[in-house]
Amino acid sequence: MELDSLYQEVILDHYKHPLNKGLSETYGAQVHHVNPSCGDEVTLNVTAENGLIKSVTWDGVGCSISQASVSIASDLLVNKTFSEADAIVDEFTQLMHSKGTMQGNPDVLDDAVALAGVSKFPARIKCALLGWMAFKDAAVRIKTTTGGE
Amino acid sequence: MAFNVANVRKDFPIFERTIRDGKKLVYLDSGATSQKPLSVIDAESNFYKFHNAAVHRGAHQLAEEATDAYEGARLKVANFIGAREEQIVFTKGATESLNLVAYAMGNAEPGTRFALTSKDKIVVTEMEHHANLIPWQQLAARTGAQLSWFEVTPDGRLDLSNISSVITENTKVVALTHQSNVLGTIIPLEAIVARAHEVGAVVVLDACQSAPHMPIDVKKLDVDFLVFSGHKALGPTGVGVLWSSLLDDLPPFLYGGSMIETVTMTNATWAPAPRKFEAGVPNMAQAVGLGAAVDYLTDLGMNNVHSHEVALTKYLIDKLLQVPDLKIVGPTDLDSRGGTVSFTVGEIHPHDLGQFVDSQGVAVRTGHHCAWPLTRKLGVPATTRASLYLYNEESDCDALFDAILGAQKYFA
Repeated sequence: MELDSLYQEVILDHYKHPLNKGLSETYGAQVHHVNPSCGDEVTLNVTAENGLIKSVTWDGVGCSISQASVSIASDLLVNKTFSEADAIVDEFTQLMHSKGTMQGNPDVLDDAVALAGVSKFPARIKCALLGWMAFKDAAVRIKTTTGGE
Repeated sequence: MAFNVANVRKDFPIFERTIRDGKKLVYLDSGATSQKPLSVIDAESNFYKFHNAAVHRGAHQLAEEATDAYEGARLKVANFIGAREEQIVFTKGATESLNLVAYAMGNAEPGTRFALTSKDKIVVTEMEHHANLIPWQQLAARTGAQLSWFEVTPDGRLDLSNISSVITENTKVVALTHQSNVLGTIIPLEAIVARAHEVGAVVVLDACQSAPHMPIDVKKLDVDFLVFSGHKALGPTGVGVLWSSLLDDLPPFLYGGSMIETVTMTNATWAPAPRKFEAGVPNMAQAVGLGAAVDYLTDLGMNNVHSHEVALTKYLIDKLLQVPDLKIVGPTDLDSRGGTVSFTVGEIHPHDLGQFVDSQGVAVRTGHHCAWPLTRKLGVPATTRASLYLYNEESDCDALFDAILGAQKYFA
């Protein structure tokens, strides 16, 4: 069934057992993003040290795609430099807009390649991107306030 | 003529197609937009094919025919809701109709009937669609008027227990929905109109979810403004209706061609209503399409349409209540409720549920349904909504039931 390409086992696992859910007490930047068309929400805390992303924690409500996607991102983007993280976010964004033509590179995207099927369901792309766009926003804020330190 | 849903369905070309690899299209999203009978599609298309010209101008046969078709549609719509044709304004949709009223009131000369000041109150309800909330929020912000609202009870009804402290002597406008687009609740209009008129307030009724589904007579409703959209009532997109008995006193909203009486380099005066609210070349083909939609509904009989939907709503609710872990958000008794049913299913997020049922050919709406304050109040971030119309049948409800059970297995 076509639906199985959307709801990969990895996604349902992250949805049921999300990583890094629960906001850290301190953070370099906190952002709150919503998907106004459906009401999905995510709050994301990002901490950085010496140009490295040290932690990404989050809380939110939403569908399995949005929640699994932010769970995956919160794991994948830790211990990356800002420019590495930017490149990963860009590659993921490109995958989401690929209309099913890309598989995604597991060396870069790890579990996030499981979300490749989302690109065939235009209404769900925003769900998958919610947490990643929140991260991008938080990263910019940290860079502008601290120069990435 | 007896209402026969199988015959009705034959009038809608879209039901000839299939969905998601050959499955029957089960369309349960008419609360968002209705499907169109062939007569509406033909009316819109024939306008362009045979009669297209700018109405109310041009000294030629096509202009005459176009004007006749456009004004003919106005008369049909007027008859549909028991109104006079000069009380009907065509807009581009119900959202524009509501904005028109709110902006026009904002344009009122100080001291005149519709002018609002910081001493005045605008009353809405917690169950409004954003289209009947935000224009009033903004009008309140522009004029300093106070916005207050009726709250919603946990079972999805309007709480009128404090009606006289919500609608006070200072209230100028009461704007509310006739039937909730989320809960299906039909509101107790009579009591609200009585109180509003007692204090001299005007009542603006959003009939988007009622006018397509039940007989409407503006005289019996006794409201002052009523709006509905064409596309939820079998008509094309891009056309909505504003009805009012007070159009003469209301200043214009949009200025330009067609809406004037005289113009100099420094001044202008307005054409009589409804023309003063229809600036520019109007949405002629869409209005004509709406005229055909109203003809179609009138031929079927709105009483028949309503009876069919009431019976089907009972069937749907009975069916849904058999699903384990399914909770209906809104009234479950059939008293004063329409065929829009929102629900949650255990821990399955509505988006995931919607996606699964779509894979079975069933089209539903998920999310907050443009009524975010309402879903927030009811403590559900989102719901799944099935909304019925005249072309739905019991097998559509069965298909939804089966699909929900399938989703429960899939996401278990």
